[in-house]
Amino acid sequence: MSNPRNYQTEAIIIKGVKLGEADRILTLYTPHLGKIQAVAKGVRRPRSKMAGHLELLTYSQVWLARGRNLDTITGCQTINSFLQLKSDLWLTSCALYVTELVNQFAAEHIENYPLFQLLLKTLEPLCKDKDKELVLRYFEINLLNQVGYRPQFKHCVACNKALQPATNSFCSAAGGMLCPNCTQHEFLTYPLSVNALKVLRLLQDSDYATSSRLKLNSSISKELEGVMYDYLRYLLEREVKSATWLLTLKEQKGMLVPNK
Amino acid sequence: MDQGSIPTSEAVYKLIQGLSKLPGIGPKSAQRVTYYLLHAPEEQVKQLSDAILSIKQKTKLCSVCFNVTDTETCLICRNEQREHGKICVVEQPQDVPALEHTTSYHGLYHVLHGAISPTEGIGPDDLKINELLERLKSNKIDEVILATNPNIEGEATAMYLSKLISPMGIKVTRLAMGLPFGTELEYADDVTLTHAIEGRQEF
Repeated sequence: MSNPRNYQTEAIIIKGVKLGEADRILTLYTPHLGKIQAVAKGVRRPRSKMAGHLELLTYSQVWLARGRNLDTITGCQTINSFLQLKSDLWLTSCALYVTELVNQFAAEHIENYPLFQLLLKTLEPLCKDKDKELVLRYFEINLLNQVGYRPQFKHCVACNKALQPATNSFCSAAGGMLCPNCTQHEFLTYPLSVNALKVLRLLQDSDYATSSRLKLNSSISKELEGVMYDYLRYLLEREVKSATWLLTLKEQKGMLVPNK
Repeated sequence: MDQGSIPTSEAVYKLIQGLSKLPGIGPKSAQRVTYYLLHAPEEQVKQLSDAILSIKQKTKLCSVCFNVTDTETCLICRNEQREHGKICVVEQPQDVPALEHTTSYHGLYHVLHGAISPTEGIGPDDLKINELLERLKSNKIDEVILATNPNIEGEATAMYLSKLISPMGIKVTRLAMGLPFGTELEYADDVTLTHAIEGRQEF
């Protein structure tokens, strides 16, 4: 028995499911333990001391006790509650999308410190920065880097030649770009303008500080959104539920206006 | 249930199986209830089984507020004494008795039967939101009180509703968030404390 009975970790709460009368099973994303699940007892009662520190999208210090199946949370203290995220519909929805992707792509108990940092460094600018779409795209591309699905944006994945500045296509099944010559052999491809491809390369290779200086016009923004949703859906082999919700909000008038 | 504990009677076995599907009742509790019923007077057991059956057969949703009722419209919606210009929007039918118990609210209700949850794939069309909007259009309502749960899903639902209802020129209010009675300040979280400070009232 090398594992201690009690341990503590930092964690971002990425999912919660009701359990029994007043408990909840939480999915936590931690810096050194990866994705873990734990039971939070009594957090659905109004007088729970832990409830507020264990709400979704909260960054907390968590104390846990090992259990036979699931570990139990014995204490917690908020590090960052991301209050701004929680007081705006569009921001909440973006943040839920981010955490859903982390939950889908991360395996349990596999440490991935860069992914934890990416998640944290995505929730912070979502609160502050203006272009939320850019934050989401930066997150998606770097998430794929971290979990082993880094898309190929420099060479054609079929003939391996460097891409020319023309309309090349992205192919989800091949995990990268196809040059115009190879595109005809593949269906289900997504034509991408030269500028959109440049943005993707920049997002893939630069840190967030550099990437955040980009100004995207709406047509490029739409192009990138389309190609990323398509690729993510292909990899997960299912719809990303919160992405569908983001689209619903965008279609309805006045839903993106910030809350007071 | 493990192999060794299968009862010799099929009727007993079936009841144990059925009961153990209920929330919070495991196989052992189910077994205890079953054997209790086996020895209980037949009249009592019959009353219980009729009561169980009738919640499926006799109840329906109120055509106005979608609360659970036995009649076409519920007692609250039919009550002329209540303030018909106020609607309190709640997630679940169970929230109505909780608010009624306070006796400090005298308006009407609207039960959504859930909350918007992007990650579960529950959207506005899965809730009674369109019905609420119809109700607001066809009646003279001057205030809508959003009483969804103070968690991420409930907040998202409240923010979504306020964006839909505010343009209709109706006053939209949200239940105050603050410290629960009987607790201690030092354990409160940032979100609750921030709301409590913002929403403080003159003493």
